[in-house]
Amino acid sequence: MHFINEVWAYLTDGANWTGSTGFPTLFYRQFILSLAVIIGAVLIGGCIGLVLGHTGRGSLVAVNAANAFRAVPSLALLTILAIVPAISLKWGGFLAAFIALLVLAVPPILTNTYVGIREVDADVRDAATAMGLTGSQVLRRVELPLALPFIVAGIRTAAIEVVATSTLAAYVSYSDLGTPLLAGLSVNNAVEATSASLMIIVLAALFAIGIGLIQRVVTPRALRTKRRGGNFLVSGPIGKVASPTAEDALAAST
Amino acid sequence: MHRNANGCRAGIVPQVLLGNLIGWSITNWSEIQADLVQHIELTFIAVGIGLCIAVPLALVAWRYPITRAPFVGFSSVLYIIPSVALFAIVGAYTGYIASYLTAEIALVGYTLLILMWNTLAGLAAVPPEAKEASIALGYTRTATLWRVELPLALPYIFAGLRVATSTVVGLVTVTLFIGLGGLGQLVNYGFMASFTTPIIVALILAVLLAAICDLAWVGIERLVVPWSRSSRRATVRA
Repeated sequence: MHFINEVWAYLTDGANWTGSTGFPTLFYRQFILSLAVIIGAVLIGGCIGLVLGHTGRGSLVAVNAANAFRAVPSLALLTILAIVPAISLKWGGFLAAFIALLVLAVPPILTNTYVGIREVDADVRDAATAMGLTGSQVLRRVELPLALPFIVAGIRTAAIEVVATSTLAAYVSYSDLGTPLLAGLSVNNAVEATSASLMIIVLAALFAIGIGLIQRVVTPRALRTKRRGGNFLVSGPIGKVASPTAEDALAAST
Repeated sequence: MHRNANGCRAGIVPQVLLGNLIGWSITNWSEIQADLVQHIELTFIAVGIGLCIAVPLALVAWRYPITRAPFVGFSSVLYIIPSVALFAIVGAYTGYIASYLTAEIALVGYTLLILMWNTLAGLAAVPPEAKEASIALGYTRTATLWRVELPLALPYIFAGLRVATSTVVGLVTVTLFIGLGGLGQLVNYGFMASFTTPIIVALILAVLLAAICDLAWVGIERLVVPWSRSSRRATVRA
């Protein structure tokens, strides 16, 4: 209880809420960095995924992109960019963090967009073509709306990762809520580290819930009733795309 | 000037860079090996404990649906929390300085959601006919769960294990901030010395480690779940 009281005292101390190292400034900096990366990743990953999904090309790259990048240590990416002289100091360290996070955020969005488009029922696509829609019309009016729940799920995965990793940007170049967190860890100050952690959790929850709401809104009404599992924070099993189904297993075993 | 020269050298002559990587790795192998061993230890313990907790929890959640929402909710919350933040909060009670306990509690937290969700998805994908048949044969509900549903859910559990292992391999570097780090130690060294070689070595080794673990899981899956392989062959033939 004593520790919790200390954390509470730290969080309610006015001195920690003002100036360039105060929580509002750091919170805002991390929020802006994360948001910029997510928007950038949606533009890049989404566009590539849409084109590949629509044409059906590059399936190997598109489907495996997310899996291949999962094991890349984000810390390694951040530090490499932070010591490349050409970008390390640009925009107060923002650029190095931005690019490193972008590399992490694009693959899940790309993979989910691709899979979402490919999951669209071929009959629906054929019907749209038969009705005289051009390729780009099929993409915009048929494939994109039906794939949106998948795409937003990918954005959510990417966002969780981006917020987590933007905390590490404090280690290399860009001060945000990770700054007091890492400082607390390095000098064994549990109160400071825990307080900063709680602020970061608020930020992470904000993104998760915000994107959850978007997901609910963009899901076509007809698909909304049958929930695929998932809750407000995370949607559906993770990495299920590549798994063989139990139906296959049963069919083969009998 | 000095910085520009460095940048150019790395860009223009990639063979030299590769040579540097190998040369540096050989010279510093003893340190690399220690970091790599720590990385593997942290990964294996996390995935092992995660598996031992997540699958039973998922089975309970499946057998008693009332427990599903709290279990999944709890592991989702763990998953949302950034790893460093989790280290800080857990470490406030278990210690920050090179504490395996702190590192593993947080790392296991990440595997929980992945493994639990995949197990639940696998159980949900079991065809109702299989369940009905086993009940008609006189199996109790618990026996059905153990002998019919769980084996049929194995391909999903393996898919979860593959994702969880790669995720943990990537995350272990972050334990650097509580004095461990595995390959993260190389990253830290490279960063402090403004020297990219150790960082690239760490990155390559992490990706290689994840790839080898992934292949190992595929191999184990083929041994444990032989039908998932034959099904793929069958589909190709058809």
